[in-house]
Amino acid sequence: MRDKMKILLNGMFKENPVLILALGCCSVLAVSVSVSGGFGMGVALTFVLVCSNVVISLLRNIIPSKVRIPCYIVVIATFVTLVEMLMEAYLKSLYDSLGVFLSLIVVNCIVLGRAEMFASKHGVVDSFFDGLGMGIGYTMVIVGMSVVRELFGSGTLLGCRVIPEGYQLGILTQAPGGFFLFGCAIAILVAAMAKRGKKFEPKMGCDGNCAACHSACEDRKEAEAK
Amino acid sequence: MSELTVSVSPHLRGPRTTQKIMLDVLIALCPALVASVVIFGWRSLLLTGVSAAMCVACEYIWEKLMRQPVTVTDLSAVVTGVLLAFNVPYTMPVWELLVGDLVAIICVKMLFGGIGCNFVNPALVGRVVMFFSFTADMTNFPAPAGTVDALTSATPLALIRAGSIGWSELPQLLLGVHGGVLGETCAIALILGGAYLCVRRVIKPIIPLAYLGSCLLFMWIFGSPQPVLAVFSGGLLLGAIFMATDYVTTPTTNLGKLVFGLGCGLLTAMMRCFASSAGAVTFSILLMNLVVPYINDLTAPKPFGGVEAK
Repeated sequence: MRDKMKILLNGMFKENPVLILALGCCSVLAVSVSVSGGFGMGVALTFVLVCSNVVISLLRNIIPSKVRIPCYIVVIATFVTLVEMLMEAYLKSLYDSLGVFLSLIVVNCIVLGRAEMFASKHGVVDSFFDGLGMGIGYTMVIVGMSVVRELFGSGTLLGCRVIPEGYQLGILTQAPGGFFLFGCAIAILVAAMAKRGKKFEPKMGCDGNCAACHSACEDRKEAEAK
Repeated sequence: MSELTVSVSPHLRGPRTTQKIMLDVLIALCPALVASVVIFGWRSLLLTGVSAAMCVACEYIWEKLMRQPVTVTDLSAVVTGVLLAFNVPYTMPVWELLVGDLVAIICVKMLFGGIGCNFVNPALVGRVVMFFSFTADMTNFPAPAGTVDALTSATPLALIRAGSIGWSELPQLLLGVHGGVLGETCAIALILGGAYLCVRRVIKPIIPLAYLGSCLLFMWIFGSPQPVLAVFSGGLLLGAIFMATDYVTTPTTNLGKLVFGLGCGLLTAMMRCFASSAGAVTFSILLMNLVVPYINDLTAPKPFGGVEAK
């Protein structure tokens, strides 16, 4: 159970998909304007991530490696379509506010990245926890950012007015404010990790081909040591 | 030879310090401040003072918190504060100006390492943040005091675009009796300040002249109805003389300065003629600030007797 917990926490902090791996930033920057939208996006992505991780992990020995990416996309697109239809039927307002970004989960780097990096190499249970951890990590970042952006940018929280009209920092609801907060969030996580004595070294997803790679990851160091 | 002093270069130091240079800039800004008090009223002085104080306070507190040497005595924060206040309209609420000061000093200057390390002009970023956050307050230009009280008036730039301004308005433009932000209206005061800076050799006139000249030329090419009047209106003079000549964010060589000025002029003319004119000067200087490292690389002087590396 302990190693499962480790996989789960890995996605939330040490390998946070958004802040450390810098994947899926597009939807984080675009959707984090309102808390409800951000949370909805986080849940939708977590669902897709967990399901696709599990299915791809189940199929990992059947999928031929040459056509693996199209196969992953088919699996991912299935779940995204499912989420989309469910949301349109039961949560119409959220569906409208997320707009195109819901369909764009298909090409979200986190989902494809975890399929390639993790699910295709690990067992079903591990992949489930990896998907869950990564999804929670993504949701934490997008909800955290949207709280700040909605509170100070529009003066509301979940649609209720908190700060009176006329005292808003409008730039936070726009793209520059999003990028600025994104930078702040990365800085805070790195500083927190540095304080706990953990060396900050982002581990990139790779296909094990160290010869054609320029990053200084642990696998490469091991390969060179041999 | 009892003691041998080992120190890093530079070994020869001139009498000119950052503090003296910044003091000269402040003196050069004084005519515009006086003009603004005369044109709009005493609140200009209040806004300028509060803004300068806030910038100094931000820098001081940040350096105390981060246990860095305190550098507020070099007056650069005061200059940033004054310039930022010059970029807001007379009716701007004080707290919104304070937000701009905070962004300018903390986000742009101190986070990047303090004076000399900022990659763009702090005052301009402060203005952009205020512009996008408080758009209504930032574009609400009151008419000068003594004309019609507390009534917004169109800026000369808007009038030029509408084609309803002629040569007879030139004296009014030069004196600055028209709507606009605090520091930009009085062209004579700004030119006076610029001349003082050139005489004191604080700035070289290359950037302002290249900027204004190229802006005039390109606006004429692009078919602006009144290119000459446009040069004297909006924030162009304030930007060209005081913002585009910041040492840190402009090229070091004369050729580089020329390229920088021309680029600013082209961008400003394009924005004024083909886009909404608000903030044209700000955005062109900021954009050119960003390419300064490349301009510096491309215009680096060849060392005497140097040959191309093979």
